[in-house]
Amino acid sequence: MADTLLSIEGLTKAYPGVVANDDVSFTVSEGEVHALLGENGAGKSTLVKMIYGLVKPDAGRMTMRGAPYEPATPHAARQAGVAMVFQHFSLFDALSVAENVALGMEEAPKQRQLARRIREVSETYGLPLDPDRLVGDLSAGERQRVEIIRCLLQDPKLLIMDEPTSVLTPQEVEILFETLHKLQHEGTAILYISHKLEEIRTLCDNATILRLGQVVATCDPKTASAREMAELMVGATLHTPSRAAKAPGDVVLELSGLSVASANPFGTSLKDITLEVRSGEVLGIGGVAGNGQDELLAALSGEAPARAEAVCLHGEAVGRLGPNARRRLGLLAAPEERLGHAAAPDMSLTENAVLTGAIREQLVANGFLKWPEAKGFAERIIEAFDVRTPGPGNAARSLSGGNLQKFVIGREILQRPICLVVNQPTWGVDASAAAAIRQALLDLAAEGVAVVVISQDLDELMEISDRFAALNEGRLSEPRPAQGLTVEEIGLMMGGAHDMEVAHVDG
Amino acid sequence: MIRLEKRPQPSRAWSYATPVLAVIVTMIAGGILFAVLGKDPVLSIRTIFWDPLFGEFAFYYRGQLLVKAGPLILIAIGLSLGFRAGIWNIGAEGQYIIGAICGAAVGLAFYPMEARWLIFPLMVIAGAVGGFLWAMIPAILKTRFNTNEILVSLLLVYVAEQLLASMALGTLRNPEGSGFPGSRNLQQYDSAANTELIAGTGMHWGVVAALLAVIGAYVLLNRHMLGYQIRLTGQSPRAARFAGVRPRLLVVFCLGASGALAGLAGLFEVAGPAGQISIDFNSGYGFTAIIVAFLGRLHPVGILLAGLLLALTYIGGEAAQATLGLPAAAIQAFQGMLLFFLLAVDVLTNYRMRFGRAEVA
Repeated sequence: MADTLLSIEGLTKAYPGVVANDDVSFTVSEGEVHALLGENGAGKSTLVKMIYGLVKPDAGRMTMRGAPYEPATPHAARQAGVAMVFQHFSLFDALSVAENVALGMEEAPKQRQLARRIREVSETYGLPLDPDRLVGDLSAGERQRVEIIRCLLQDPKLLIMDEPTSVLTPQEVEILFETLHKLQHEGTAILYISHKLEEIRTLCDNATILRLGQVVATCDPKTASAREMAELMVGATLHTPSRAAKAPGDVVLELSGLSVASANPFGTSLKDITLEVRSGEVLGIGGVAGNGQDELLAALSGEAPARAEAVCLHGEAVGRLGPNARRRLGLLAAPEERLGHAAAPDMSLTENAVLTGAIREQLVANGFLKWPEAKGFAERIIEAFDVRTPGPGNAARSLSGGNLQKFVIGREILQRPICLVVNQPTWGVDASAAAAIRQALLDLAAEGVAVVVISQDLDELMEISDRFAALNEGRLSEPRPAQGLTVEEIGLMMGGAHDMEVAHVDG
Repeated sequence: MIRLEKRPQPSRAWSYATPVLAVIVTMIAGGILFAVLGKDPVLSIRTIFWDPLFGEFAFYYRGQLLVKAGPLILIAIGLSLGFRAGIWNIGAEGQYIIGAICGAAVGLAFYPMEARWLIFPLMVIAGAVGGFLWAMIPAILKTRFNTNEILVSLLLVYVAEQLLASMALGTLRNPEGSGFPGSRNLQQYDSAANTELIAGTGMHWGVVAALLAVIGAYVLLNRHMLGYQIRLTGQSPRAARFAGVRPRLLVVFCLGASGALAGLAGLFEVAGPAGQISIDFNSGYGFTAIIVAFLGRLHPVGILLAGLLLALTYIGGEAAQATLGLPAAAIQAFQGMLLFFLLAVDVLTNYRMRFGRAEVA
């Protein structure tokens, strides 16, 4: 075992009303890839922010190579050899790669020199990147490389990576892992934050599992099973969604040559999308974020009108109909953004139940709202989907993300749809709630509903889809049966052709 | 050090308390202002807030209260619908003028025929239609060409003022007025007069219309789908689209309704307290109603109370000018303070104040 690089003892940080980290201790050795595992809200982010000098701990101490380490600012952390790649990039679209890298440096060298160093580093670590390209033209994976190279130029001893693979295609993930292995061989320690268990099993040497701010276990991810780790994370036995085998029914939803120009100048226009969803079937639609997911949902919900025949429900052309007319026919949708799209933040849950339920639940008579019935509907959603809230009179924004998501999905499911379209149904939701939502979607399909699940979580899609297709720059790949699809095939469908070859990896 | 912490949901108690707090703070700050001007602050505040209601000449002032509050409430109710949905009609003053011109023109066209059952209702309709049509100009420009309704409606106020002058000097001028500008006095024309319904109270048809508007707006916002859509659009336009709201229709409805109500207010004013179309007929009700709408938290009952309060500061302000010699500008500054403080203390509804040292975050 190598020497200890960073040791953390009893770190505690409390915010009003919540203890984010409670007496957290662990060590990272030189050249170790250490996983930090936990659900949303388990305290992973607070912990790494303390290591990176963004947040000051209330109690506890850290040592770096035996010396006390108390970074007051990220600058001090970088001086001590700690670098961090954030989940959200801080890059300027209008500047080139080299200019962006220079902006993050303490004493930036001349552009030409810097460009040469960027090329060197990118070749050494197998991260293909041209320093002269504009960041605005890069894919998400390439942008992440800019951030990583920016960190590597500082020669870090410890590299912190916050959910780095959430924006990558499988092929890009492979390139990243190659790079991380190389760094590890050179003695750089990596603190790797994720909730994707398979990744951690292939990459990490040790894992520290956090739940509700406390370390609940440390384990060797190479030997522990994914299920064991998941249960440690959640603190409960996980139910794997189950489904009954069934024969697919009639075609319910049919898209033929659906093209919709994006209303937003930074959006992605949909191009010639054709698909069929049958009764009782779950169609999973994958793809890297920003490839037309929002637009596809809007085109199906009726927010973005299309050519009438481009969208057909049971053979009826509905492309020109608005959201309420489609709801009347049984085509329901749940968008990704919970606050401000699927729900109005300052309105009560009762009022939010009316938002989409007014028509099918008959909450309106002669234009007048029937509040007692609306409240009853909200209560039924809360009851059936285990939404944790004091009552239907509470504002939507007072609910946690997961609870509001259960409400939003439950609201559509309880309206007995004929076809349901959901975008990112379990985004930011804890594992047990996510399992419940997936099970509800499968149950819905078992009742003969056609279900379309748009998601960026491939594991989720593989778990519940009968067929799988991927969006890439507004185009949809040919749907294929989900069973038996390999990761490589999925990657190709997602159009992960951005620099697929691992450039100049030579030992 | 004071820190603000966002509340998980808006505090109900504070949303009721802030208007009261704002009035109190305004009294204090206004008192200081009057003291600086060399007047007795306590006497000034008393003259503005107390004497019109309970002083020696209250019998006169009390009637004035409804006369002033009526049009303010009527206009503010209409504006509040749009404001709730994020549609900003700033030109109620113009719609008020056009409503008055149209209503008065219909009445004068029938002169000297005596048929109150026909003429007065026709005038009311003409007033509402006039205000509605004037508001349709920004509405159609917004829905067709995406122009800014704030600018268009505001600038149309100045067009309406020129039109008013032209009417008072030309088309609607009293033929028996020996060349003086201004129309015939509708108060002296029985079929067209908006008379006081109960003598000495200031209660006229415009006040009745204002009360009906308060009730109508309350029912609309709390019980009707359209009111729900208005509130939803104001809170999150994207969720509103998802809920099937048609934004253009809402723009037309909100601007149309506020225009019609402002037009009605103009008609009731010209046929009642003002009596005639004159060059300086409009007195800023359309702008003051914006303050009333916000002071009343865009809530119908709140607007009713705010309208009465602002009418009180008008009447009391005039009394203070007359008896204490306070400058008119000081009274206007005082009224402005009211809105300023209301918006300032509003922060307490959505945020909690924390006293103590800031944490390093």
